[in-house]
Amino acid sequence: MIWSSREILERRLWWFFRVFSVLFFLLITAFPFYWMFNLSVRPYSDVLLNPSRLFPSLEHLHMAFGPIPCLWNPVPQCAKWAKNSSYLGVLVDYHFLTYIRNSLVVSSMTVLLTLLFAVPGAYAVTRMEFRFRDVMSWGILLIYMFPAIVIGIPLFVFFVRLQVLLGIPLRGNLYTVTFIYLASTLPVALYMLRSYFPSIPKDLEEAALIDGCSRLEVIWRITLPLALPAIASVALYTFMIAWNEFLFALLFLVEHQPAWTLPLGLQQLDSQEVPRTFLMAGSMLITVPVIVLFFFFERFLVQGLTAGAVKG
Amino acid sequence: MFSRVRSLKAQEARLAYLLLTPTLLVVGLIIVFPVIWNVVLSLQPIRLSDLPRISLLNFSDLTLRNYYTAITARGGRFWDVLWVTVVYATASTVLALLMGLWAAMTVREAFPGRNVVRGFMLFPYIAPVVSIAFIWKLMLDKTIGIVPLLLEKVGFPAISFLTLRSYPVEIFGFKIGIPVALMTVIFFEAWHYFPFTFLFFLARLQAIPQELYEAAAVDGASPLQRFWYITLPQLYTVAGTLFLLRFIWTFNKFEDVFLLNGGAAGTTVLAIEIYNWLFARRNVGVASALAVIMALILTGLALLYLREFARRSSEV
Repeated sequence: MIWSSREILERRLWWFFRVFSVLFFLLITAFPFYWMFNLSVRPYSDVLLNPSRLFPSLEHLHMAFGPIPCLWNPVPQCAKWAKNSSYLGVLVDYHFLTYIRNSLVVSSMTVLLTLLFAVPGAYAVTRMEFRFRDVMSWGILLIYMFPAIVIGIPLFVFFVRLQVLLGIPLRGNLYTVTFIYLASTLPVALYMLRSYFPSIPKDLEEAALIDGCSRLEVIWRITLPLALPAIASVALYTFMIAWNEFLFALLFLVEHQPAWTLPLGLQQLDSQEVPRTFLMAGSMLITVPVIVLFFFFERFLVQGLTAGAVKG
Repeated sequence: MFSRVRSLKAQEARLAYLLLTPTLLVVGLIIVFPVIWNVVLSLQPIRLSDLPRISLLNFSDLTLRNYYTAITARGGRFWDVLWVTVVYATASTVLALLMGLWAAMTVREAFPGRNVVRGFMLFPYIAPVVSIAFIWKLMLDKTIGIVPLLLEKVGFPAISFLTLRSYPVEIFGFKIGIPVALMTVIFFEAWHYFPFTFLFFLARLQAIPQELYEAAAVDGASPLQRFWYITLPQLYTVAGTLFLLRFIWTFNKFEDVFLLNGGAAGTTVLAIEIYNWLFARRNVGVASALAVIMALILTGLALLYLREFARRSSEV
């Protein structure tokens, strides 16, 4: 085919524009994360002195990560090193070790509970015949879109009262907050599974039923193993949502510091008394696991995102 | 024979209810019940400090007073907040859609390193909101922020992006104020959520049959014309769906603005106002009333979404 001159001109312009676009998007997506790293490894005094310094020096890296062994081998100099290593500072002086543990505990428990409640429910709604099936299916969509802040107030009031009534601390309690996290993970899990289960061929289930399996056996032996990739991706997303969750942590944990999760602990660092570099070290600690997880399972996770894996 | 079929059906239905019961109980307890109770709370005069003592089950003096207060208190600030929320949700949704489309067009055709670029493009969406909010807060900081420093080098005035309500400029002799802080949170929001629209646009782009383009090229349509007359019309449906979905979620967003500047300098959106009524003004009733108003707006939008788009959701 012979190209018209307009075709050639536009193709060339588009090529230039595309090169510019790639660079632009790389800059706006990668640079902020690089900047977080850059600020997190330099001592605050250096950041104040040269705020636009692009690269940390080797000495900065050494000061930031060198004293990490203090975590398991505290020698007397550690207190001094912690002043220049924002990582050691947040992990020890600002209790981020505790917050990491809390976040891991809450996120894992949330994953378990979410799967426990979402898988049977989503299966019933997508695969079984009963009278209110359509209502349930629409209900899943509706709760998928519902805002957390509207649910937050009454739950807050409810737990304040329940605490008085039962006389046990329910706020500032990791188990309570796990249960509440379900309000943001369960709709997402139900929504994802609701769109996944129909893709498992019905014939397999029917064949097994004819061969004499009971319905529960069919679910356990055939459907669940086939749905394993989807269940794994729901588990990963649930973990990420719980790991990132901030509003519910703020409402229900803020009064009891030993129960803070990473996002809450980080937000509480945002004050003028704390060096800004500590804020960035904390951000690194909470972001890097998510990004590592994402790179490991990228293909898998991208599909999940378009299947409604995250709301908000 | 018929009764046997019916009993099998009944058996299946029974098992379905059994499987559903735990799910329904939890959803009922932590989602449906709070939403309904929220309505009751909005009709009662409750202050935060009264909470541990008063009886919440006393429904004798329900009143609409909270709604009256919510709308008229502080010189009708409610309308300002609503306006800011609508502007914030609309502008950041439109921007996120445009950026997503641009990003999708950029990585649509293969080039070396495309997968890496695509991976980076998802970062803003998957990273925890707490850390990205603080990263931008520090990058925009007036004294140590890299963005103001670079802007200053090219001759821009030093301003504090997140706490400046309005920057006066003169255009054709008219003095107008640019709402700097509001625009900053809008741009942040668009940056945060463009990966979401990007993914859906990319999926849709890759499903457009190549023959359409070939036929148009044979007929003499230039690349720009092909984009305008073939690509864009194929994206309308997904763009509509994305707009509504993102609008709904941005409308009730709390964390983003709260973490960036706490709703200062003309960026108080409805979710922040609710939080402020609850914890700063310690008025549970009014906060609940505002939450009910928000829920009503969102239910309207959600029903619109379900009616218009969810039936065709297989293509999204």
